[in-house]
Amino acid sequence: MKNGPTPWIVIAASMASLAAVAPAFARPAPGVPPLADFFEPATTAAAAPDADGFIRRWLLLEPVSKPNPTNTLFTGSYVRAALAPETFPGRFGAVPRDGQAAADGALRWHALDSKLWDVKLFNFAQALGKPKYGVIFWAVTVVDSPREMHDVRMAVGSNSASVWWLNGREAATLFDDRRMVMDDVLSDRLTLKKGRNILYGAVINGPGLSDFCLRFLDADGEPIRDLAIAVQ
Amino acid sequence: MTRLFRPTLGLSLALACQSPATAQLAGDVFIHDPSTVVESGGKWFTFGTRGGGLVSEDGWTWANGPVRPGGGVAPDVVKIGDRYYVAWAVGGGGMSGGHASDVKIMWTKSLDPASPDFEYHEVGTVASSDGVENNDAIDPAFLYHDGRLWLSYGTYFGSIRLVELDPESGRRLEGNEPVDIAIDMEATALLYRDGWYYLLGTHGTCCDGPNSTYNIRVGRSRDVRGPYVDNMGIPLLKGGGKLVAAAQGRMIGAGHFGRIDLGGGIEKMSLHYEADMDRSGRSVLAIEPLLWRDGWPVAGRNLDPGTYEIQSARSGNALQLKVDFVRIPFDARASFMAGPDDPVKPVPGQSLSDVAGTWPKDAVRVDLSAYMVRPNQHWTITPVPEAGGWFGAPYYKITVAGTERALAATPADEVQAVPAFTGADAELWRIDQLTDGSYRITPKTRAGADLALVAIGASTPTLARFDPQSDAGRWRFVRP
Repeated sequence: MKNGPTPWIVIAASMASLAAVAPAFARPAPGVPPLADFFEPATTAAAAPDADGFIRRWLLLEPVSKPNPTNTLFTGSYVRAALAPETFPGRFGAVPRDGQAAADGALRWHALDSKLWDVKLFNFAQALGKPKYGVIFWAVTVVDSPREMHDVRMAVGSNSASVWWLNGREAATLFDDRRMVMDDVLSDRLTLKKGRNILYGAVINGPGLSDFCLRFLDADGEPIRDLAIAVQ
Repeated sequence: MTRLFRPTLGLSLALACQSPATAQLAGDVFIHDPSTVVESGGKWFTFGTRGGGLVSEDGWTWANGPVRPGGGVAPDVVKIGDRYYVAWAVGGGGMSGGHASDVKIMWTKSLDPASPDFEYHEVGTVASSDGVENNDAIDPAFLYHDGRLWLSYGTYFGSIRLVELDPESGRRLEGNEPVDIAIDMEATALLYRDGWYYLLGTHGTCCDGPNSTYNIRVGRSRDVRGPYVDNMGIPLLKGGGKLVAAAQGRMIGAGHFGRIDLGGGIEKMSLHYEADMDRSGRSVLAIEPLLWRDGWPVAGRNLDPGTYEIQSARSGNALQLKVDFVRIPFDARASFMAGPDDPVKPVPGQSLSDVAGTWPKDAVRVDLSAYMVRPNQHWTITPVPEAGGWFGAPYYKITVAGTERALAATPADEVQAVPAFTGADAELWRIDQLTDGSYRITPKTRAGADLALVAIGASTPTLARFDPQSDAGRWRFVRP
């Protein structure tokens, strides 16, 4: 229901009306969960992926407004256009600094470590008092590999659609109205070069609970953990 | 075998001519009582009654092969160490020789006459029937398991018997006495799997062309010496036997089972059909999938040509062209708000013409998604027997239904749909039924590397090493 088309909105609106005429059942508005429930500031020391290989350290840009009442229009053509590198608010391929402004100062980058295996973009936006729906999130991180690794797969899950680039090349695309599950879409076999590999992602959502997860798998499908993740 | 008459199979094989590839196998496939199909030096061999033999390099196209020495009927072959033991019977069968017969053993280090290791050495007789007792010592079958070598033999004339041989020499173990393990059977075979011994054999009447009632039955036991019982608990010594394979389509009289364990979760069975109705009603070799259900062997089936959803056993998602999702025109709000008495009418499904114009003209990658009964999710499976095949099944082309867009392997071992089928090896696929009834889909170009179509993510297929223990490489073909 969360991403449903118009009729559900109508029904939800009807239910909201019922609540309005029955104040005895109304609950006090809950407080917004703080950012600290989901993230902590990234440190300067490099972080390793977690035990399952999920990368938790990211530079997240405050959401770019992209109003969409539904996710059903997230075809490949739409998503490629909406998340094209040319739309990136900044120099695509560079690594932003923590606190750096973007979009003429309207948005700001945050260097964070997710406390969870996935990255709760919705809660990131909500905790900062930013738009939660009808948005595009940009994420950047740096994967420092101790050696050149071949036949690696980037394994991504996202809510909703997303596109991911490694060292400037498109590596994975997740189209349509998607839910975030681990190892949903895997890239073609790719190479992690020795040293810094810059990873970009963009997630688009209309009325959904935005988040994503990402890890690298080796040729046997096992998670790669001997990586150093940084945001500098 | 040998109930009604002894066919002149030697003559039949000599006259064998090239037959069109029909439902089963290509080339020269005429044989009766085929031995277990065994690999030797990269070729696959089977031997039949009266010395006839067939050879193949791929299990699909067969040719007249080397003739084993010894004559007689219904041999079997097993490889132990560097030796191929061959058992065969001389005499018996109920015709001119009555029921007096000897089961003999010989061995060679190669079945291929072109090999320097090819040289048969006769061991001697390991079982006999005297023509008076209720047994006819023909149709021998080996089982080598856990370091012990067993041999079953016999026909309808009395009981099926079991003896133990020395795997070092092929001779009968000293002091070993035959054990009766079944009646109403012939052309037996023994298997071991997951703690059970299986005795397969043929019921019905052989050697009568399209009127042969041959069918393959099975019982099982925890002890190789029995008692073997069927799925209803009926002892095979009292005539029990669960059906494994019978007549189907244009193939009549299934008999003389042999197991071919190809590894990678693929088991097949060799058998003969007494009559291939598309090949003059003659007795032919067949190779078909062997499944296991609830601990019992069951005949599988090559995939019928047709149009299917190809469903991943990993995620349940359907293989599809990765193209833009096209919505079916629908007033969702009106639907939700409709009253119970509002008239209903059919809503047209999405057709190929509704969407094909939105698809890119060139090659398109494929992915996996929830099945939505959409044109980009329906695949037509078509045999391409002229391209050859592998163990009982031809190569197939897999095209988007109603189009020429063909599933193809990429040079980088990914999967795409090319605009049109050209017959290139990259567009040819093996589709082998696995022992659980699902299918493995293998690109012809990468079969040697044991690569197959594998769902490495919920939504991502690729070509990867096949793991028989995982659902990632298992696919189901579902009719739309």
